[in-house]
Amino acid sequence: MLALSTRALTKTYKNGVQALRGVDLDVDQGDFFALLGPNGAGKTTLIGIVTSLVNKTGGTAQIFGHDIDRELERAKSCIGIVPQEINFNQFESPMTIVVNQAGFYGVPRGEARRRAERYLKQLQLWDKRNGAARGLSGGMKRRLMIARALMHEPRLLILDEPTAGVDIEIRRSMWEFLRAINERGTTIILTTHYLEEAETLCRNIAIIDGGAIIERDRMDNLLRRLNTATFVLNTRERTPQAPQVEGFAMRLVDAHTLEVEISKEQNLNELFAHLSTLGVNVLSMRNKVNRLEEIFMRLVENRDA
Amino acid sequence: MLSPANRDAPPPLPELADRSAATAVPSLARIGWIGFCTVVIREYSRIMRIWGQTLVPSAVTTTLYLVIFGSLLGRRVGAPAGFNYIQYLVPGLIMMSIITNSYGNVVSSFFGAKFGKHVEELLVSPLSNWIIVLGYTCGGIIRGVLVALLVTAVSLGFTRMPVHHLGAIIAAALLTSTAFSLAGFINAMFARNFEQMNIVPVFVLTPLTYFGGVFYSVSILPHWARSVSFGNPILYMINAFRYGFLGVSDINVLAAFALMTGLVVALFILSLTLLSRGVGVRD
Repeated sequence: MLALSTRALTKTYKNGVQALRGVDLDVDQGDFFALLGPNGAGKTTLIGIVTSLVNKTGGTAQIFGHDIDRELERAKSCIGIVPQEINFNQFESPMTIVVNQAGFYGVPRGEARRRAERYLKQLQLWDKRNGAARGLSGGMKRRLMIARALMHEPRLLILDEPTAGVDIEIRRSMWEFLRAINERGTTIILTTHYLEEAETLCRNIAIIDGGAIIERDRMDNLLRRLNTATFVLNTRERTPQAPQVEGFAMRLVDAHTLEVEISKEQNLNELFAHLSTLGVNVLSMRNKVNRLEEIFMRLVENRDA
Repeated sequence: MLSPANRDAPPPLPELADRSAATAVPSLARIGWIGFCTVVIREYSRIMRIWGQTLVPSAVTTTLYLVIFGSLLGRRVGAPAGFNYIQYLVPGLIMMSIITNSYGNVVSSFFGAKFGKHVEELLVSPLSNWIIVLGYTCGGIIRGVLVALLVTAVSLGFTRMPVHHLGAIIAAALLTSTAFSLAGFINAMFARNFEQMNIVPVFVLTPLTYFGGVFYSVSILPHWARSVSFGNPILYMINAFRYGFLGVSDINVLAAFALMTGLVVALFILSLTLLSRGVGVRD
């Protein structure tokens, strides 16, 4: 069964901006799905239409088979949303915010309080449950929005840049939390600018740009398509100029740093053997950018070209 | 899972229901009922949380009106329809409090939700638009009625009030607070900033209330002014309410109730239409 299915979804804003140009997108039930795209690509508009915050211009959208034109309430009852911007009443307490949210989805108050305790504890907000939410740190506010979205135990969880502005430590623990939720059967759609996040968590991916889906594939298939990768090498000795190694394009970044582009057909052993012959000792090596980022940039740049 | 103590340990799995299969989801009727109660509870909590802004000011203002217009000047005004002036004044003051508080509650609460973006909590939820409108309206009615009770209590410290028809008092109070709660909702939908939120109360509501027979009977007005006054819906509300206490009215009471009912229906339909179209809240 499809958790989300859109067909020919279009949106033109009053100012004439065409944010979506006929988006066809399917997300399977149980998937952990990445929806990526540069700023202004149409990600938030697409999510806005699905959650009814934005009126669509044309096309159809279904959530677990419920058409948003004919069964909007039923469709919305399946969704939990963590928006990009903070959108809870900052004068209310975290406890009040999450309990009320559960009520809006038909969860009785007693049950809502039990769930609130569970999720606020799991997201380390229990100690802060009775203070005004405006006193929470940025990371805590993000976690509060995740707790709020889970209160009615949605079948589809949509996360619009959930870890923006969150430090790396908390971000990684949030990844584990989300992965565990997904393993229990909740379908997750994630938009993020941290491509490492998408690569680590998601099994399938769509890239949207200019209001259209320009790529839709399994994550591993997409990564395999990367023909070349750029590596950064740190050398022990000062290197006055880039070494000439046949078959490898090398560039000197600074006296101790080289960049080299390696295609699928080449291997690193060969490169290191040549460098060793030339007396260049490599101390460490890393990818210049992560693999998904490299593919993402190429797809988006190709489109712009 | 996020505490430093267990950073390196795998986090515990969230205690979630298995979502791989469709699990029982409440019926839409149940979602609607619980959701409606939640909106009302939230509104009531808001009123009580900031009681110094929501409940007290009207009691203070009414006390001033009663001292100045009722006790000091009222003795010189005479006895309209055979009652003390202060007795004639009290129903108008109560109704004035109901109007301003019902309107003010919804306009500030809904506009605040728009401004702070937490209106999105409701918009993305499975609650029908009519339940959202009804929930906010009930919040306005609750504040209107609470303030009315407070103002009545203050008034009873100044004079005894007869009760001619309790049903008329309750019906007029509820219909008026409903109508002005809905009007506040419409104002909040259109308002784009705090200035626009205040235009209607200052330039429309206050003049209509003051010229709606709070302080006087329209029978003392010249013919042309009386004719103009009959175009003011607040005149009907105040007179219907006053009829409930004193048994006197400048207008036909049944016509007043018909007008109030019609106004409530029209404003409810308009509120619902605006919310369905997403005016001011959806792109």
